[in-house]
Amino acid sequence: MATTLSARAAPPPAPAAARTGARRYRTAAMFMAPAGLGFLVFFAYPLVATVYYSFTRYDLINPPQFIGFDNYLRMFTSEPLIRTAAYNTLWLVVVLTVCRVVFALGVASVISRLKAGVGLVRTLCYLPSLAPPAAATLAFVFLFNSEFGPVNRFLKLVGIDGGLWFNSPTMSKPALTLLALWGSGELMIIILAALLDVPPEQYEAAQLDGAGPIRRFWHVTLPSISPVLTFGVINSIIYALQFFTQAIVAGSAAAGSADVAGNSKYIGAPLNSTLTYPVWLYVQGFRYFNMGYAAAMAVLLFVVSAGFTWVLVRQLRRSSHQEETV
Amino acid sequence: MTTLSEVATHRPASVPPRVRVRQSWNRRLHWVATHAIGLALGIIFTLPMLFVLLTAVMKSDQAMSASLWPTEWHFENFVAVFDRSPLLEYFANSMIYSVLATVGALLSAIPAAYALSKLRWRGQNVCFMLIVSAMMLPPQVTIVPLYDLWVRLGLTGTLVPLIAPYFMFDAFSIFLLRQFFLTIPRDYLEAAKIDGCSEFQAMVRVLLPMAKPGIAATAMFCFLFTWNDYFGPLLYTGENQDHWPLSLAIASFRGMHHVEWNLTMAATALIMAPVIVLFVVAQRTFVRGITFTGVKG
Repeated sequence: MATTLSARAAPPPAPAAARTGARRYRTAAMFMAPAGLGFLVFFAYPLVATVYYSFTRYDLINPPQFIGFDNYLRMFTSEPLIRTAAYNTLWLVVVLTVCRVVFALGVASVISRLKAGVGLVRTLCYLPSLAPPAAATLAFVFLFNSEFGPVNRFLKLVGIDGGLWFNSPTMSKPALTLLALWGSGELMIIILAALLDVPPEQYEAAQLDGAGPIRRFWHVTLPSISPVLTFGVINSIIYALQFFTQAIVAGSAAAGSADVAGNSKYIGAPLNSTLTYPVWLYVQGFRYFNMGYAAAMAVLLFVVSAGFTWVLVRQLRRSSHQEETV
Repeated sequence: MTTLSEVATHRPASVPPRVRVRQSWNRRLHWVATHAIGLALGIIFTLPMLFVLLTAVMKSDQAMSASLWPTEWHFENFVAVFDRSPLLEYFANSMIYSVLATVGALLSAIPAAYALSKLRWRGQNVCFMLIVSAMMLPPQVTIVPLYDLWVRLGLTGTLVPLIAPYFMFDAFSIFLLRQFFLTIPRDYLEAAKIDGCSEFQAMVRVLLPMAKPGIAATAMFCFLFTWNDYFGPLLYTGENQDHWPLSLAIASFRGMHHVEWNLTMAATALIMAPVIVLFVVAQRTFVRGITFTGVKG
């Protein structure tokens, strides 16, 4: 941090330099004005206000009423569903992150070894990640449905009994994970770019030293793509922490709801197994209008995700610093 | 593009001929295996889309059966969905949201990205890190006061709360544009300024033409993000069907006609189509943009 800042610090204030410094500030301020104002209105203010609301009871109609730590007490002691919601999100953070990074790395290394059809395979693997999550979820609910879904048909061909997937409390989160893997193309492309950036001489050197493919991967590939993998892990964790659309659409579609997913009374179906933390926050705040309670949930979400964000920001600062000094 | 298998082909020249033959067989086997896996991956990723399309052209009762291949091809299903649901209106809402938000994001993010990459001022790093934090944090963190704000302004139930913020602040666009701008040498701008251009003129006349690919990528990601957005529209327009974008409408379409999987899949395919067309048209821009978000991240 110190080096980054000092690299940019102004030279000792000679009168002329001070003048250009002031002008520089004015120019920068003009360029930053809209974004700065927007940052304050749409990010900084709501962040602070969330903390304030978390200490109140507020239903959008009556003025907020200060209740101290009641919301937090309720969150940690008496409210049963938040525990389910936190468990579901934690499940996703662990399983989905591991699966997503390993899977994306696997696919990317296959693509990086291809000589023919690289562009085609890359496109086919990447395209699904562009599909609107609501539509992709609907497609998966259909593909995985137990009566006539193609997936279970294929599984039957190889002698596996497919199960209920989105209609089963134990299978719904694994099904959501498969959906997330189908849409992990962006991470694949990022890892692929990093794999292709590994200097080929390093592989040659390792090979001359007698390193086999596994050791080459372990000692050459992994170290040189580790920054990108860190990015992938943090990115996936934050993706899992805010997992909302797929969960809410899958829950109500599988339950056969006849309403917009968010308005449905089937949220979290089956048996609250798709009730993620953001979904429960949404229901508390915008279905039950317990805005104070939702704000307290948001504060907790902030604390958790801020930790991961910080790791990424630190890494980014390091890499952007290198870039500037080159 | 250097691939790993190319690297593997570099062998010392002094290998005896018989070993070389075996190695070439090994290499061929390796080639076949790798490409078989690659092909399989491509197919697996495509299958869900394929089944969506095949189901979309089935008769209603066949879509509810175990058969995978349509016995009759009902391409008119793609037309029928428009009778069932005001898809065109939803499409218009999606377009309004995505196009305006993209325009707004570029207008507000270009100057900010310029200031963060091409000007030098104390505190610019801190500003940039704040923007990255805003980009990374889950949207649910700030949603309670924001919703409250839009309720007080009387604008919930419209697309305004979704679009307006982009005209001032979109963290991701600022981030991506800054990363692109950093790759453009400062010298060109310095030269323009020596020729008497102001900072603003230098940005518009020199930097922007050179940064076109980056701007295109940013615009596409912004369009894609808003097109696919579900949480925002649910929150602000959920109560008002007239302002639903496609992403929200599709989930309810499934609800209204939950027996008719063929029509649901036809609608699903229709909402995916614009995004796929966009990708096919501008594949290079996309792929470059993604690598930018990650490698520099």
